[in-house]
Amino acid sequence: MSCSRMEKQMMPYVDGRLKASEQREVEAHLAACAACRVRMNEFRAVSGLLDELPQIEPSGAFDARVRARVAAEPVKQSWWTVFAPSPRAAFAASMLLLATIWIGSRPNNVNTGNGGSNGPTAQVIDPNDLPVLENYDILANFEPLTELPQPVQSDESDEADSNQSM
Amino acid sequence: MARSDVQLMLDVKAGDEQSFALLLQRYRSPLVNFLYRMVRNREQAEDLAQEVFIRVYRARADYVPSAKFTTWLFRIATNLALNSLRDTRHQRMEISLDAPMTVDAEDGDERMMDVADKHPDIEQHLVEEARKAMIRHAIDKLPEKQRAAVLLHKYQELDYGEIAKILACSESALKSLLFRAYETLRVELAPLVAGAK
Repeated sequence: MSCSRMEKQMMPYVDGRLKASEQREVEAHLAACAACRVRMNEFRAVSGLLDELPQIEPSGAFDARVRARVAAEPVKQSWWTVFAPSPRAAFAASMLLLATIWIGSRPNNVNTGNGGSNGPTAQVIDPNDLPVLENYDILANFEPLTELPQPVQSDESDEADSNQSM
Repeated sequence: MARSDVQLMLDVKAGDEQSFALLLQRYRSPLVNFLYRMVRNREQAEDLAQEVFIRVYRARADYVPSAKFTTWLFRIATNLALNSLRDTRHQRMEISLDAPMTVDAEDGDERMMDVADKHPDIEQHLVEEARKAMIRHAIDKLPEKQRAAVLLHKYQELDYGEIAKILACSESALKSLLFRAYETLRVELAPLVAGAK
């Protein structure tokens, strides 16, 4: 063991808090190093000197002052008891929460135009939701459809058609 | 059988005020002594010790016995002492420059008044007081963190793991801190050390 490694072991050795193996290692170093041996003895002497300082007693009023301060502490309440004195506040908060959830669950509508409330509005449509355009060639050649009887057209409808073409 | 600190604190958490009184009784003297040796002012030490107990009381609802009670208690005390020393550093510097050198008794000057009654050999008593003053002065001169480490180690007899947690450092760093502190004390107290060997 080197002298620098001894530094950290010195106080634990003085206290007798080293493991048996560490203690043997320290004692082997102390036997070989006079400087560390002197320092160790002086650390022991310092520790003994610190024992000479007497204890002081807290003043007689100490306990009474602590008790007075404890008595002056506000009673701690759980967070829910904040609502206890005011059921109306609790009800209002619940309603607000429900309204927020309801508004949040509605489908989104986006205003177009100038953003005014009177401007035209359009629903935003996802391109994936658009209906598939019918393929009229397939429908025209679809066999089961050819077997259906031809629709009978009335005279009135013919007249209407001829008027439109005019 | 005496209840452990943790059990007492759990009882305080459950609303038992009597358990808090027991903790107060158990730790008022160690705390006041530790804080007195940290800040070197009795009145301030008692104020800080009261503050420690109030903080323990306020924290009762959230108390979880994850560490030893003394670790928690002295961590609060150490932080309060270090903050107080930082806050009053300028004030103390002014006092130390202006004040005359005195040999103060451990518990104040008032004890010096009845010296003749208690100590027929007044010369011997003055020698002892001068010796204590020298030891106190050497401790006072230590950097604050080293001082806290020495006081917790020497007077509270806490183990290294506990002191390291209180000072928020590793055990290895604490051992270095203690080595440096004792090395300084060894030099400062050389005249007494030579006589003690």
